[in-house]
Amino acid sequence: MTDSKRSIILHLSFIAVLALVFFILPDYHTGNLARIMVLAIFAMGYNFLFGYTGLLSLGHALFFATGMYGLGMTMQFFDLSSGSAFIAGLICALLVSAIIGALALRTVGVAFMIITLMFSQAGYLIILYFGEYSRGDEGFIIARQARAFMGFDLSDETNRYYAALILFSICFLVIAKLVNSPFGRTLIAIRENEERAKMLGYDVAKYKLIAVIVSGVVSGAAGASYALLFGYVGATFATVQYSIFPLLWVLLGGAGTTIGPFIGVLFMFYLIDLSSVVTPAYMLIAGVVLVLLTLFAPQGLAGELRKRIFKWLP
Amino acid sequence: MAAVNILTTKNLTKRYGGNVANNSIDFELPTGKVMALIGPNGAGKSTFVGMLCGRIEATDGQVFFDGQNISKLPAHERIALGIAYTFQITSVFSGLTLHENVALAARRYLGKDTKAVEAKVTAVLQRVGLSDRAQQIAGDLSYGHQRILEIAMGLAQDPRLFILDEPTQGLAETEVQDFIKLIRSFTDKTTILLIEHNMDVVMNAADYITVLNFGEILAAGTPKEISANAAVQAAYLGTSPDA
Repeated sequence: MTDSKRSIILHLSFIAVLALVFFILPDYHTGNLARIMVLAIFAMGYNFLFGYTGLLSLGHALFFATGMYGLGMTMQFFDLSSGSAFIAGLICALLVSAIIGALALRTVGVAFMIITLMFSQAGYLIILYFGEYSRGDEGFIIARQARAFMGFDLSDETNRYYAALILFSICFLVIAKLVNSPFGRTLIAIRENEERAKMLGYDVAKYKLIAVIVSGVVSGAAGASYALLFGYVGATFATVQYSIFPLLWVLLGGAGTTIGPFIGVLFMFYLIDLSSVVTPAYMLIAGVVLVLLTLFAPQGLAGELRKRIFKWLP
Repeated sequence: MAAVNILTTKNLTKRYGGNVANNSIDFELPTGKVMALIGPNGAGKSTFVGMLCGRIEATDGQVFFDGQNISKLPAHERIALGIAYTFQITSVFSGLTLHENVALAARRYLGKDTKAVEAKVTAVLQRVGLSDRAQQIAGDLSYGHQRILEIAMGLAQDPRLFILDEPTQGLAETEVQDFIKLIRSFTDKTTILLIEHNMDVVMNAADYITVLNFGEILAAGTPKEISANAAVQAAYLGTSPDA
């Protein structure tokens, strides 16, 4: 069996398992899983830039929040339907990531991290500044009757789970396809050795900008999905915490692997969930586990699997 | 018809502050030949080829490739015109397989045509004798093989001009002999500009030699002429030309 066939089977069976576990797991866990899938879209967007292109951004909360507010505000003030508002969210994320990409990519390394962090903080402050419309930290609720798509009520548990699964699957498959395409291979080449890629005749600046935009739009799609499926839009999602989360998820799950982001989010979500049962100081347990994982599986969970067993893992 | 000289420079100059690395160099590279660029350490050889392929911005002067003024083009556009470049210090994609390294070089101009890319990779690896290692990770190869891989990546681009910056540095004597044979076999389609320290390679592989010294062209000619040139001997051996 060729590696690409294996990869297709892996991706499709992964989605099939997610579709089936809804019938097995109790409600509590399916609710969690819907949230995990949406956050995994965010992590996949981040991974596209960090894991495949080698650009470490500390400002992805901005892209997530742009998608979220792009959907939320257009529904709130222009009464757009959920479908149109979702597209509005994507367009906002595309514009913001194109502008920030064009500016931030003039820098490299640590400077790039700081610039993206600064832009993201500026975005957060803009949301607070226009608190009259954005409702600032408090945020606003998207009314239940507005959260419908093609006749399906997305606040219903089952509909929500499968809507999250569909959105997750689209991003999952598109990114898997993309990283195996000549375009994705070139991004990996830039990650591995930028100077060499340039001296093979690739327009490195253009490739990096497109990578920022793809990453920003996918992150924006995650923000818009989150607002639509869970009915809440708030400035908390634009804080620096939400720029650090995707980095942690991707590092834990395995940077530069297609399934890593989902595994990272799942692991971290249940790590916090389970340790908070044991003690109110749950971050202490979570912290120790994270340190151990970084020490003994520096390439993340999926990264270690690829290194040790499944060398073909995309 | 192809130009007589595939590459020429006019008045090409590089200054770093008050330090002149290359001073007003007029240089001609005849199509289809092997030209060696030699000179003592610090003569400005790497600066010169850096300005040819666009890695280093020239302070002044022009570069013409096949009659076209490419002085203002960024490096990647110059490469896309048909210039391949190998680095002085080995620079491969060390985390990727040999196959992928060469495929990246071929894919840039063959695009999405996966069959053509595959055929090119197979042919190139065959030609340089690395076929049996196609699936190895480039970083695991021996130094000599990595240098050969660099050349394979250059070849895979079907370049019209191939610039090699000290390709034999660190190679064993037997590897050097194979290397000379290899580059002599390219000249049917490719012009070669070779920066080289190893005089054996220069004398056996080059049709013409240009000698740089203190950022200026000291002499140019066939290997025979250069080895008889008193000024060159002086620059290399430290004797005065009129001694």
